[in-house]
Amino acid sequence: MFDALTDRFEGIFRGLRGRGRLGEAEVDEVLREIRLALLEADVNFKVVRGLVARIRERCVGAELHEALNPAQQVIDIVHQELIATLGGETIRITFAPKPPTVVLMAGLQGSGKTTNSAKLARWFKQQGRNPLLVGADLQRPAAIEQLRTLGRQIDVPVVSKDLTSIGGEGGDPVEVARRSLEEARRLGRDVVIVDTAGRLSIDAELMDQVRRIAEVTSPHYTFLVVDAMTGQGAVTTAENFHAALALDGVILTKLDGDARGGAALSVKEVVGKPIAFAPTGEKLADFDLFHPDRLAGRILGMGDVLTLIDRAKEAFDEDEAEAAAAKLLEGQFTFEDFLEQMQQVKKMGPLGGLIGMLPGVPKELRNTEIDDKELGRVEAIIHSMTLEERRHPDLIDGSRRSRIAAGSGTDPSEVNALLQQFREMQKMMKRFGATPGKRKGKKGKKGGRVTPKGRPMVSAPGLGRTELKLPGLN
Amino acid sequence: MEPMLIVLLAVLVLGGATAAFLVSTRRRRGPELEPPGRTATLPRPGPTATPAAGTDLADADLADADLADVDLVEPPGEAPPAEPEVIAPVRPSFRDRLARARSTFSGYVGSILGRDRIDEETWDDLEEALIRADVGVGPASELLDSVRARVKEEGLADGAQLVEAVKTEMKARLAVADRTLAATEGATDVWLFVGVNGVGKTTTIGKVAKREAEVGRTIVMAAGDTFRAAAAEQLTTWAERAGCDIVRGAEGADPSSIIYDAIERAAARGADLVLADTAGRLHTKSNLMEELRKVKRVASKPPGTVSETLLVLDATTGQNGLQQARQFTDAVDVTGVVLTKLDGSAKGGIVFAIQSDLGIPVKLVGLGETADDLVPFDPDEFVDALFSE
Repeated sequence: MFDALTDRFEGIFRGLRGRGRLGEAEVDEVLREIRLALLEADVNFKVVRGLVARIRERCVGAELHEALNPAQQVIDIVHQELIATLGGETIRITFAPKPPTVVLMAGLQGSGKTTNSAKLARWFKQQGRNPLLVGADLQRPAAIEQLRTLGRQIDVPVVSKDLTSIGGEGGDPVEVARRSLEEARRLGRDVVIVDTAGRLSIDAELMDQVRRIAEVTSPHYTFLVVDAMTGQGAVTTAENFHAALALDGVILTKLDGDARGGAALSVKEVVGKPIAFAPTGEKLADFDLFHPDRLAGRILGMGDVLTLIDRAKEAFDEDEAEAAAAKLLEGQFTFEDFLEQMQQVKKMGPLGGLIGMLPGVPKELRNTEIDDKELGRVEAIIHSMTLEERRHPDLIDGSRRSRIAAGSGTDPSEVNALLQQFREMQKMMKRFGATPGKRKGKKGKKGGRVTPKGRPMVSAPGLGRTELKLPGLN
Repeated sequence: MEPMLIVLLAVLVLGGATAAFLVSTRRRRGPELEPPGRTATLPRPGPTATPAAGTDLADADLADADLADVDLVEPPGEAPPAEPEVIAPVRPSFRDRLARARSTFSGYVGSILGRDRIDEETWDDLEEALIRADVGVGPASELLDSVRARVKEEGLADGAQLVEAVKTEMKARLAVADRTLAATEGATDVWLFVGVNGVGKTTTIGKVAKREAEVGRTIVMAAGDTFRAAAAEQLTTWAERAGCDIVRGAEGADPSSIIYDAIERAAARGADLVLADTAGRLHTKSNLMEELRKVKRVASKPPGTVSETLLVLDATTGQNGLQQARQFTDAVDVTGVVLTKLDGSAKGGIVFAIQSDLGIPVKLVGLGETADDLVPFDPDEFVDALFSE
């Protein structure tokens, strides 16, 4: 939707080049787009207002660099402002000098407290700690059972009230929490994670209950578990929980979907506490400290290169990737290599999601929903080529094309599309190889379906560290 | 330069763009790839479609006539009197429960009501109120555009008239002819519950079972969430409460086969409804959405008929809700939305976009923790409650 933010900014600023400053009229127009983008990302209304005001202040009369295009510069300002709001720093977990370190998990129903309690326990275990899980959710049927099962999977003990039957409910969660601390000392566990029942922040009785749980456990860390898909209500929820519990941070869940996670920005702005952790997938291992700066680009729909690289590192064989990259840059990349590398990429998840994380991908491509089955058709086309053809695609003439199409059950025009795309890509790669320098803001020819080349791209935080030099990416 | 990124870029650009091209050519060629949501759209109702309170109740009541035919124990004559008993306590609760939600909303509306002229600020306030209710920028401004035209046309001049016009417009957008949960005769009905993680699918099934059991249907639950730990235990607890049968498998088992087993058991025992739970899944995970397609295919095999595919949606969801609805509809052709957790500060404004963009009506609303808090959706009450003082 606002993957086209840059594009729209371009439109607004067209013809602005050569003028030294941004005028109020242009800035206002841009701010409208920014406001829209933020609201669409579920950033809270009030927070948007504050942000837009700050951005406005910085933009009006901002000196424009002659060499750069104004759209890019405004995006930079917006991006910096978002990062500033999000806090930019990753939380540092310290441990209590006198164990156990107590962590309290709170949040609305269905935000993911139980699952993330287990994920957090696993994370602590990896840090060499001995966590203990406490099931203080006596409300939801089988919540304790769920925690016990998860505890078994990660080999972490779970204490709760004794359950005579499956899904037995009732009992006093405050008492369970209190006893669990003694239990932790007895068992020699140095981290205690207390999972509580989901509750609405406007439910006075249950909020009082969770406050009492906090009183008897005096947690060192109180985390609010927030669903990344939450809308405008996130702020009220966070405010109420913060008032009752004094939060230390937020665990932002379900961010592995396509929610932009504006709720996180709102919560950070309102309670001033960072997003501490974020799960990256459904498995218990998919969990880590959160890098707040990465969210800024996502909220603006500008891609998330760093996460992409992280995922690539898991999926790719490093040596092979390096060899393939070298071939690519020298223009030696063949369809055979492509097939091979595609298998690696597939491991990283659905193609559509990956494309979404790349910055500067044209919206035509980004907005098309790509079913991974279509990839199968691409593979089929390549499989229908002879080895010779895969190595030298230029060999493919009209009759070979028809044969490949027939062999793969596709249309000659589709084979053609693939071949053309291949040539485009080779060209693009050669340019990377030739000039790994800056081409910031150079306008590429529009309308090409692929060509991230020359498209104005967005600077991604920390990219300097990875020495990535895409055209337009500084 | 990061070699992996180069390779990745190459593969994505080459594979993605070509795949996108293939999609686009086939979309053009094959009508079968048309998003199913559109075809399922119920006809935009005219003025007759905003039913009076009485008819609405009858609509919402779950196919009493059918039940009377099927259920041999209960004499047909007894079905109608049961009506007020089931529904009567429900209606006031809708308004009461929403009272908490409407407080912020009415703050704006209250100030608008008192105005004797409509200026730009009034429109801004209205827009803000709608956006804060998660209606979304696009739908909100589109809605206000229609109202603007109306204000001009009808010469509306003060705040009260304006609010009335907005209400009418909102109700019209939510109106559909029929919100009844479908029942198919001569086959074992399957209601499939789908949605992202943590929206309340399992709980909703528990509540629906209780509702349906109360009107005399025999139910078999299928614990199709084999992914989340102890999901089957949770559903079992609800099955015990509702006094119905449940079929469950091992953790990690194939959900399709569990659901099919439940359908077979239901058919064998002459039960008339299978409530099928599925694991929560993010709509972006194509493999999991594929699994869901399979679940629906298998559940549609005789003796089963999937007569409802209900998307369970958390009322706190923001703009991502539309994307969820779109993806789930693409995969399994959603027939209705169950809006849960509307008892909080959440306002559930995203249903406007879902209804108008995808034509999927809200059928049930969860207003609280107990089974009786799951009630038929009533757009008039929903909108009125949002606006009332």
